[in-house]
Amino acid sequence: MEYKLTFDQYQKGLDRGEFLGLRCNACDTFTFPPLGTCRNCSGTDLEVTRLSGQGILRTFTVIRVAPEGMNPPYVVAMVELEEGAWVIGNLVDINPDDADMTLIGKKVRLGSQMVKGDIFSACDSRVITFSLIAN
Amino acid sequence: MRQVAVLGVGMTKFGISEKTNLEMFAEAGLEAITQSNIEPKDIEALYFGNCLGGFEEGQLHMAPFAHAELGLPLSVPATRFESACATATVATRHAALLVAAGVYDLVLAGGTERATTMGTSFATRTFAMASQAQYECPAGMTFPGVFAMAAHMYANKHGIPLKELKKHMAEVAVKNHYHGSMNPKAHFQKEIDVETVLGGMMVADPLQLFDCCPFSDGAAAVVVAEAGKARDLVKKPIYVVGTGQASGGPLYLQQDLTRVRAREASVAQAYRDSGLGPDDIDVVELHDCFTIAEILALESFGFYDFGKAYDAATKGETALKGKVVVNPSGGLKAKGHPIGATGAAQVTEIVEQLRGESGPRQVEGARIGLVDTLGGDFGTVCNIILRS
Ligand SMILES: [Zn+2]
Repeated sequence: MEYKLTFDQYQKGLDRGEFLGLRCNACDTFTFPPLGTCRNCSGTDLEVTRLSGQGILRTFTVIRVAPEGMNPPYVVAMVELEEGAWVIGNLVDINPDDADMTLIGKKVRLGSQMVKGDIFSACDSRVITFSLIAN
Repeated sequence: MRQVAVLGVGMTKFGISEKTNLEMFAEAGLEAITQSNIEPKDIEALYFGNCLGGFEEGQLHMAPFAHAELGLPLSVPATRFESACATATVATRHAALLVAAGVYDLVLAGGTERATTMGTSFATRTFAMASQAQYECPAGMTFPGVFAMAAHMYANKHGIPLKELKKHMAEVAVKNHYHGSMNPKAHFQKEIDVETVLGGMMVADPLQLFDCCPFSDGAAAVVVAEAGKARDLVKKPIYVVGTGQASGGPLYLQQDLTRVRAREASVAQAYRDSGLGPDDIDVVELHDCFTIAEILALESFGFYDFGKAYDAATKGETALKGKVVVNPSGGLKAKGHPIGATGAAQVTEIVEQLRGESGPRQVEGARIGLVDTLGGDFGTVCNIILRS
């Protein structure tokens, strides 16, 4: 069975500023980032769909000891999208030293930024970013 | 299914070693074989754990080389297991399953890791390879980062001020170092205090250096056998009465990081298998890769309600002489964490505890013990319940 939404297609979506995910025709669940099957019901009747790109920051950390090749400090966060899926990315437009518990529950807008792959990565790739939405 | 027991166990000292992965495994394996009153030629299969040999020594396909080091017969299959930090627990569980199924009577399981050859920065990179490479790794995710996010979520969800939670987390480190101070094989054998933990370098907010287990070298191995055979060979076989293993997928599917769903599923299998429950457990070796991880595990096991285990160490409930003794070996925190070996070292500690051989850190009257290992960023959890 053909893979519905590949990493390459997902990446090309990010290039265009689109957040491509999968909507399950059986249970209406959104799967993002993509998987081979619906994350809720394992169904394969999936449609590629564009997500709103907005969500709520659920947790975060400031990485200060980083893997070789990364430049700490930087903020990693988990966001719950409006469509219900959760995604991991970098909170940008904030001084990492200002990141504190008040971030949890804040609204964010998704973006993406290019990250250079290292010797172990298959390729350079876009990673999800989050920016706080001013109230 | 047949009854299964652990005979001999063996482990190297954990810490920084000049020995190769294979040399360490040979030491642990031969100790386990000798203690079982058998010879290498009696072993029918080798389930060998290693995670990062390719980066530590440029060595893949280590299982047949380990087989040769031990002098196992040509016809004995040697197979590598890799389940990140849960590697050797998964190897041991599969040994127990195949013995229970009647495929083999005597299996050697365990693992080895030589993480310190990599240095902190490269090791952090290679450990992060156990996170999803397309959708998580490029964000610069690290293992401390995963549990740091869990700690922030725990504080928020349960309404505990972060400063207060951190003090209780520090007490987990203090307790495990206290236990480690009585373990001559531990990486760290020094007691520490709360001030030391709270004064450490920040690794991933809110986790500081002493909230984190070290990168370690070491190996551990156990002989798993059919129970009747075990009784013929050793005085005190320790029975494998229940096992479980579950798979959680990538971190972005976990959502609520205060609930390790794979652990809840895994331990439920082990309880069902054994007919035992949380109240029956006397001693636990659990996956305290970070201080918050021990708190999450205690809740997953059903020892505490969700949101209630955070001050268990502070109250002394999990220390030696406490309600349920958690990580008498010092845990990953103080005993050390050579990831491919950790699970077999946990089994080793529980087996010695149930035999009453643990010296100053002996849990008085321990009859039933639980092993718990978490692999990757909540991806794999494996549990083994043992009984004297
Ligand atoms: Zn579905």
